[in-house]
Amino acid sequence: MSIPLSWYLILAAALFSIGLFGVLSRKNAIAILLGVELMLNAVNINLVAFWRYLEPAKMAGQVFAIIVFAVAAAEVAVGLALIISVYRRRKTVVADEINLMKW
Amino acid sequence: MTILNDPINFIAGWMRSLLTGWGLPNGLTTVIIYFIGITVLIVFAMVLDILLVWVERKVVARFQDRLGPNRIGPFGLIQPFADIIKLIIKEDITPAGADKLLYNLGPVLAIASVIILWAILPLSAKIFGVDLNVAVLYLVAAGALGTLSIIVGGWASNNKYALLGAFRMVANMISYEIPMVVVLLIPTILADTMSVQGITQAQSGMWFAILSPLALIIFIISAIAELGRSPFDLNEAESEIVAGFHIEYTGMKFGLFYAGELLHAFTFGGFLAVLFFGGYGGFFGLENTGFFSWLNNPFVQVVVFLTKAMFGYWVIMWIKYSMPRIRIDHMLAFNWKFLTPLALVVLVNTAVLSKVLLGLPNWGYVLGMFFSNIVIGYIAVEILRAYGRNQRKAEATLSSQRSQSQEQAL
Amino acid sequence: MTADQIIFLLCAALILGSALLVVTTRKLIHAALWLVVALFGVAILYAILQAGFLAVVQVVVYIGAIAILFIFAVMLTRREMLDKGAQTRSNWWLPALLGLAILTGLVFLIIRQPAFGRTAAQIPVGVDTLRNLGNALVSPDAFVLPFELASVLLLAALVGAVYIASGNKK
Repeated sequence: MSIPLSWYLILAAALFSIGLFGVLSRKNAIAILLGVELMLNAVNINLVAFWRYLEPAKMAGQVFAIIVFAVAAAEVAVGLALIISVYRRRKTVVADEINLMKW
Repeated sequence: MTILNDPINFIAGWMRSLLTGWGLPNGLTTVIIYFIGITVLIVFAMVLDILLVWVERKVVARFQDRLGPNRIGPFGLIQPFADIIKLIIKEDITPAGADKLLYNLGPVLAIASVIILWAILPLSAKIFGVDLNVAVLYLVAAGALGTLSIIVGGWASNNKYALLGAFRMVANMISYEIPMVVVLLIPTILADTMSVQGITQAQSGMWFAILSPLALIIFIISAIAELGRSPFDLNEAESEIVAGFHIEYTGMKFGLFYAGELLHAFTFGGFLAVLFFGGYGGFFGLENTGFFSWLNNPFVQVVVFLTKAMFGYWVIMWIKYSMPRIRIDHMLAFNWKFLTPLALVVLVNTAVLSKVLLGLPNWGYVLGMFFSNIVIGYIAVEILRAYGRNQRKAEATLSSQRSQSQEQAL
Repeated sequence: MTADQIIFLLCAALILGSALLVVTTRKLIHAALWLVVALFGVAILYAILQAGFLAVVQVVVYIGAIAILFIFAVMLTRREMLDKGAQTRSNWWLPALLGLAILTGLVFLIIRQPAFGRTAAQIPVGVDTLRNLGNALVSPDAFVLPFELASVLLLAALVGAVYIASGNKK
């Protein structure tokens, strides 16, 4: 294992910023959720890298990563159910056109 | 370490000394040896696949009281090669408007998701790809990749019937993954490890099929649903949606889907053997006596494993050619309302009993687990019978009401 | 440049390349499939980090469930099979600038910290990380409470998603 920890952290930072770009710049609501998934994966890479490099004998890093898996799965399920329900009523998934509750 | 005792390490050591003698650095030698090992394993799996085409056609013929291919070669053994030549020389059609990259990716993903399973299949104690300590979960992950290949194939065909077939197939497969994962936990609990080598060695005293027969039955049902074979084969329902997600595939691409399905069935037969029937071992302690010590030879273990895998494959074929197709809503209702709760009950029962019965001698443990499974199975069958009775009564009253109203109308 | 550094760089190129394709592709179904490639790259990264259980769970949960959910949602919310028009907003340069700014800030912070230059120690011989993980998830003085709360969260999400997507509000 001759890979310095900073390489993993830079990779996670790059993945996070790509995900952020995806969330802020896409029109389709499902594409926004894809960006959120990339950000969650970046966080997980960080957690597992810190687990491995600092304290591999204690399991806090991996447990946290597993909880993040569960939360991401729950969020995607509910988010996509909402998007499909909105599509049935309003026949669109473009985020700008779902603006009934705007001022 | 001779060629008879430990063939893989012997050959690897010989090749390593050969390559470093030629002056290659050590890291590159390791990579080359790994690549050669992977290639040999894949070639073995694919050649076995060719043989399985012949086995499938002969077995279905005997179940249907006819002879099967017997003209080409002795007993029709050259028939698969004729099939391959026919598929290769067929015209390769890409439908208009299809997504070319995804269309070609579908069959490749389908067969890749089966071949990666051969990495963990324990052919013997010394002959295997890799001894993963999460091998049981790896089996589920490979099934997930297979599901992806079906969606890619169905979508890229630009055909709404292919897409419908792909949707139904994927809904089926991801539903039946749940009882399969729950039941896969049972050999894990009984063997205290997720590694297939550990599970095989834990069965040297008693097969897990005897310790937990209900888990075996649920695993067979969910495995057949995962494979997409009859009676769960809404995909290939010729009378319903022609050929499901592989309607538009011709020639060798269809051949890859077909061969991939057969190899997948055989691989699941292999996992049936490993998880429940003792894999390459499981001789109830016979191999430790002096007379039967040849049972520890790697080559004998490979033959034993392949025989048990072929038996598992035969059971899967037997069920395919004896039962009619099940409707999609019945399939999903059966899974969510019956099979998943039953699998959870069996899991809880196994987990609790495996600790409660620890103090008893070996025969007490075996009989206790076996009878608890029989009791749960009996209760489950009684629930099914009561449900069937209620359905029949409801239908009888409904039809009698209908005929009464018809008489009144007259 | 040792072998595992080369493997890491290839894996990182795969992840970042497919992530860029996820956020810039025109066709949404291709974006979902590039997400599958990116998630697979992250699973390879977990295997390099010797977290084998997490690698396999990543494939099962993310690729086997979440990516398939995405593909189903994309297929169920489109009226024709083509993607017309621009897929990104007209002021996309602003999020790009923001992303670059955050990336530069984070990289600057990471490089300046000398403690992050360390390489990994070997995992001590007797430690079985898989068994430790299992014990940590169910032992009362470790993480059983977050584990149970996560399962309640999943149950709530399951009931909520089924109710919202069922569409027959009577």
